[in-house]
Amino acid sequence: MRRRVLPGFGLSFGYAVAYLGLIVLLPLAALAWKASGIGFEGLVRLLSAPRTLAALRLSVGGAVVAALINVVIGLLVGWVLVRYRFPGRRLFDALVDLPFALPTAVAGIALTTLYASNGWLGRWLEPLGIKVAYTPLGVFVAMVFVGFPFVVRTLQPVLSALERDVEEAAESLGAQRWQTFFRVILPMLAPALLTGFALALARAVGEYGSVIFIAGNIPMRSEIAPLLIVQKLEQFDVAGAAALGVAMLLLSFGLLVLVSLLQRWSQRWAERAA
Amino acid sequence: MNARKHSRRVAWPRRMVHLILIVLALVFLTLFLLLPLATVFVEAFRQGIGPYLEAIKEPEALSAIQLTLLVAAIAVPMNVVFGVAAAWAMTRFEFRGKALLGAFIDLPFSVSPVVSGLVYVLLFGAQGWFGPWLDHHGIKIIFAVPGLVLATMFVTLPFVARELIPLMQSQGSEEEEAARVLGASGWQMFFRVTLPNIRWALLYGVLLCNARAMGEFGAVSVVSGHIRGLTTTMPLEVEMRYNEYEYVGAFAVASLLALLALVTLAVKTLLEWRYGDEIAAHAPGGH
Repeated sequence: MRRRVLPGFGLSFGYAVAYLGLIVLLPLAALAWKASGIGFEGLVRLLSAPRTLAALRLSVGGAVVAALINVVIGLLVGWVLVRYRFPGRRLFDALVDLPFALPTAVAGIALTTLYASNGWLGRWLEPLGIKVAYTPLGVFVAMVFVGFPFVVRTLQPVLSALERDVEEAAESLGAQRWQTFFRVILPMLAPALLTGFALALARAVGEYGSVIFIAGNIPMRSEIAPLLIVQKLEQFDVAGAAALGVAMLLLSFGLLVLVSLLQRWSQRWAERAA
Repeated sequence: MNARKHSRRVAWPRRMVHLILIVLALVFLTLFLLLPLATVFVEAFRQGIGPYLEAIKEPEALSAIQLTLLVAAIAVPMNVVFGVAAAWAMTRFEFRGKALLGAFIDLPFSVSPVVSGLVYVLLFGAQGWFGPWLDHHGIKIIFAVPGLVLATMFVTLPFVARELIPLMQSQGSEEEEAARVLGASGWQMFFRVTLPNIRWALLYGVLLCNARAMGEFGAVSVVSGHIRGLTTTMPLEVEMRYNEYEYVGAFAVASLLALLALVTLAVKTLLEWRYGDEIAAHAPGGH
């Protein structure tokens, strides 16, 4: 065994674990403990309540749809930013991160104003019969907004590293451009697209700030799960809030496992390609 | 020569496709990202510069700005120290459970902001684990500044560590080992070798951590209690004004946060251009 010349393992490891334990793990333990207070029956009653189910369906279903939309748009934007040269490219590239940098409350009120019936976009969409603000559609729009950078940013490094020879080989063998894209390029991008999808999904499932303004928060219709937690807390139903929190956390953990599996898969794919 | 020229030049139907794709992407970015940003400033200045300045100079706004700065000034350094310590342990030593530690560091990214605030209410609130004890000793954490700081620390915990770990991993420890062999003390090695090597990535992490800390909404809204002038940070002040139909006031405070976002993006882009190699190729971190 090599002698350790570098110092500070005890200090850095101890500090990191203690900090993590106090800031993250102890509070999460309190969550699990408080949630158990409502008992199994209480949990079943809570999770099978129509209002809870509707909210969970909107949060999870909306996040899945939003992440799918982000895969398509992210592919387009990532492709254009990496492959083509045009004036303002770097500016637009920097702009992609705006949803990360803009506080969610600010995004929320801006999107609401934009899509309200007298807003810049709302006034064009409303005559077409498309109502966005204060409907479930508004929830999707906000979820697409907050998850947008993930797909682009996971895709860009992979796109840049993509060997052009493969495409050229496919084309010299007589493949059409679209054939090359769907049969050669897309399979190589799939792992990154899936990782971006999972990250955007995980973000949108728990999203609160940008959604609550535009959602209108109509029970059973445009009410998201995190809002239900806030309401339970306001009614001093601490155990109910905790139980819902645990349910959401388990959903997120499932997604986290998915992300790590996808990352492992994409890594193996990268090693095989190299 | 002729053949090469031919293969280099892109045929015009393909150039049309390029053009259409570029236009589609730019139209989307403009409508979907630029327009919301523009809305913030247009709405803020809807009644001119006078009402805008007045809205910002109101005591509630000023105290919200102060509180936001205070919370970030505590939460960000805490997470910097944690990030450096965690990255040092994770990248310079082998130990059991390393993957688990990495997963725990990422954990706050996959927790809903509302749950991030909720856990502290369950710990320190009136019905929480330590609630009765705190109440007996007259210490307030929930609906007070400490709660805001804790919730912000939870949400922004991964940022610095996530930037440093891949970079320090790829840099390796040869320079540090050399410094030690040449007789440097532990802290000398840290301040003269490690810190200069990671400074740009550290700055990058601080930038992202700070943007999130100042803009956090969901987590702090749960622990704040919305006591005006006392426990409302800027994003909460935006919400309260907006819900009271004070649109110019809400967007005026929002414009300051949008400005912070723009500065963050500008510095981030600058760091990527100038020091791209010294900021590890990083996976996108969530918020």
